[in-house]
Amino acid sequence: MKSHVWRPLYVVIALVVGLLVFRFFYVPHDFSSGKRGFMYSFHRMSNEAEWKQQPAKYGTTGRERMHEYCSACHGAVVKVRSENLHGIIPCEDCHGPAMNHPEAPEKLNIDRSRELCLRCHTNLPYTTSERKRIPGIDPKGHNPGEQCVKCHNPHNPKLEDMK
Amino acid sequence: MDRRDFLKKCVMVVAGASIPLSALTLVDPRKVLAANPDIQWAFLVDTNKCVGCGFCVKACKTENDIPFDANVTRTWVERYVYTKDDRRYVDSPKGALNGFTESRIDLGKGEFKEIDPKNVGKAFFVPKLCNHCTTPPCTQVCPVGATYKTDDGVVLVDRKWCIGCGYCIMACPYAARFFHPVLKVADKCTFCYHRLSKGLQSACVNACPFGARRMGNIHDPNDPITQIIMNERVGVLKDEFGTKPQAFYIGLAQEVR
Repeated sequence: MKSHVWRPLYVVIALVVGLLVFRFFYVPHDFSSGKRGFMYSFHRMSNEAEWKQQPAKYGTTGRERMHEYCSACHGAVVKVRSENLHGIIPCEDCHGPAMNHPEAPEKLNIDRSRELCLRCHTNLPYTTSERKRIPGIDPKGHNPGEQCVKCHNPHNPKLEDMK
Repeated sequence: MDRRDFLKKCVMVVAGASIPLSALTLVDPRKVLAANPDIQWAFLVDTNKCVGCGFCVKACKTENDIPFDANVTRTWVERYVYTKDDRRYVDSPKGALNGFTESRIDLGKGEFKEIDPKNVGKAFFVPKLCNHCTTPPCTQVCPVGATYKTDDGVVLVDRKWCIGCGYCIMACPYAARFFHPVLKVADKCTFCYHRLSKGLQSACVNACPFGARRMGNIHDPNDPITQIIMNERVGVLKDEFGTKPQAFYIGLAQEVR
């Protein structure tokens, strides 16, 4: 039976079937929704595991267990530091990520730059902010271009103990 | 025994025999919960504690391999300065990657505004990041299913499946997403999902010396973060958008959006 209605319909059906076959092979089979439903979480389920497998670089030197990991080997330095004003700063903020230290990296890349200190110790005229409690300098007036660590000991920053 | 009694007893015996022994043991809800923990990650920012040092931004960029020089970042710190003649200035040069080392305000396009220190009324710093909304607009608009919310409440991007169309970047009301200049896909804060699943704190929480950033499981009523969110006065950004953000702010000002 030949008909000008049926023949284009076969073409459409063939296209739809072709698309479904292509889709079946192209779209990963673990595509589905979690408990949040199609609108918010239709995704490739194996991607969650891919994110979890990303390597971590920083260890746990933050507020919760900050002096534990480093003091196992560097106890003396950590003790001096933790008793001082800079005791709240995680070691890794200046010393760099130390997840698998001392294996890899064997030696940490310490940031001794003036800019690192100026993050907190630039004097900003904000008397209502928490920043006012931190002593600050004018970066353009206070020995410009010099590294702060040449005079100040970052592990014991008290001015009366300055070398 | 008549036929009715016989059938009744038959049904009782069959029904009794069909109950497995395991159905008779009492279920301990704590054990069930420990096997399938109900986790909803939430973020808590204490804006009163932030000094704008930008260590969080540096740590985030290092941990997640975000190019340092490109003007994109997963988390950033904003500076708000109110003058006594009632003008308000906001800036975040390089997302505060190097902190705030100048008192002048970056107006963008290479213009700067120096504010007389005597004219400064109040000023404060606000760290920002992805809010990991309960009803995220960014995941709704994705045409290929490459961005999604996990069951434990983190919004992620599937880097293999993302086609880089940028719909989600436009859909986010908080401008928390950006186009990764190297991988050419949409990128955003993941709450350091790889660290959370290893039992570590996220990189920015780990790096903050002042405890301005904290993170916890909002479905655990004993979690200290949940306690603060439930008992203290916290706010969320752009509540009127109906996105139900999961980043909570202590000391939120009206101008912070």
